[in-house]
Amino acid sequence: MKPPPFSYHDPRTVGDAVALLGRLDNAKLLAGGQSMMPMLNMRFVQPDHIIDLNRVDGLAYIREANGAIEIGAMTRQRDIEFSDLIRKRCPLMHEAIQHVGHRQTRNRGTIGGSLCHLDPSAELVTVAAAMDATVTVQGPNGARQIEFAAFPVAFMTPAIELNELVTAVRFPVWPDAHGYGFSEFSRRHGDFAIVSAAALLTEDSAGKITRASVTLGGIAVAPVRATEVEQALIGHAPDDKLLREACESCRKYDAIEDIHAPANYRQHLATVMSRRALEQARARLNSHAKR
Amino acid sequence: MTETRKVALTVNGKRYEAEAEVRLTLADFLRHTLGLTGTHLGCEHGVCGACTVLLDGQTARSCLMLAVQAEGHAITTVEGLAPSATELSPLQEAFRDNHGLQCGFCTPGMLTTLTEFLRDNPNPTEQEVRIAISGNLCRCTGYQNIVLAALDAAKRLQAAR
Repeated sequence: MKPPPFSYHDPRTVGDAVALLGRLDNAKLLAGGQSMMPMLNMRFVQPDHIIDLNRVDGLAYIREANGAIEIGAMTRQRDIEFSDLIRKRCPLMHEAIQHVGHRQTRNRGTIGGSLCHLDPSAELVTVAAAMDATVTVQGPNGARQIEFAAFPVAFMTPAIELNELVTAVRFPVWPDAHGYGFSEFSRRHGDFAIVSAAALLTEDSAGKITRASVTLGGIAVAPVRATEVEQALIGHAPDDKLLREACESCRKYDAIEDIHAPANYRQHLATVMSRRALEQARARLNSHAKR
Repeated sequence: MTETRKVALTVNGKRYEAEAEVRLTLADFLRHTLGLTGTHLGCEHGVCGACTVLLDGQTARSCLMLAVQAEGHAITTVEGLAPSATELSPLQEAFRDNHGLQCGFCTPGMLTTLTEFLRDNPNPTEQEVRIAISGNLCRCTGYQNIVLAALDAAKRLQAAR
């Protein structure tokens, strides 16, 4: 198992990388390599050119601006995991990233790489959907923004053109007192989720839900926002009965079937994982309320 | 078309410079070009963890990196963990004393992984050790003695401080 022959390019600027993408046929971008390198080793992809982004300046940062956390595309998953800013302002991401592969792969893997690879069960993809992230892509005619809801166009296919690359991802921050939860089922720690769920909640002073985000990962080719659950929660106190009944609606989503699990098992897991994520989110709302 | 590049890097404190085909993985470069066969290759697609090395002090799977990407970086392989040719590191001692290895195939990856882990988490729980090695497959030990060795090594390293 060795990569097929290719030409190697390691540009130093985003502009140079975009120019190479525009000029070279059958080129692939190499970010952290934790998915691209296995695909090269197994020759699932056979590019004529590899454009390595690891020496491009200015793509690795985590900062807060205009009510959002902005993360550079080449930021390592490890740096997200250990970022105080992420832990404080995007606690859902801090929680979810513990499930992303292993320390050895998080040291190399990047957020931009994960989102572009767009594995249906990838935790960062689920978080991006849950938080209504915006992806910034750079092409020959400048930058453009893609709402994450429109980012996946098909199985493992993001809405970026062949001559574009992702430079940053923005995650709008939820209020400090929000509740968050992340739950996933996998066969072993660090394995891909068979189904995962992310939940975000805010409540009013009477304990009624004012805003809810519930997202299912791994169930379909792209994350599914469980809007029916979200709507069922708004205006109500999130007691056990409401959560259980609301999450039953997750059973109706079309689910993928593969060697790990049949569709109806994923649909069942969706009801359980969404409820568990919401229970965690509710507990964290309560811990804010007590303070 | 065989495109090659000169790769200059530091491995276990020693400078190396060698020509590498650009598609060559770091793992094959270490083993075949530099002759450092302590790094083992199991799955070659990032699942088994046997090829784990330290890249500038952080673990990385050397089968998931190209040799050319290591240009200018410092690598530590299992050969670089012992303080001298006649001594083992406290972690290696703990592996020997606790029967933390049998066939030895996974051991280089276990040792590099746990070297980073114990550096960053000097007083881990058993559960934390199990999560730390969750990306390293062992088919001999059932992991139990590897976990014991890691916990024992944590004690030895703390006593040495």
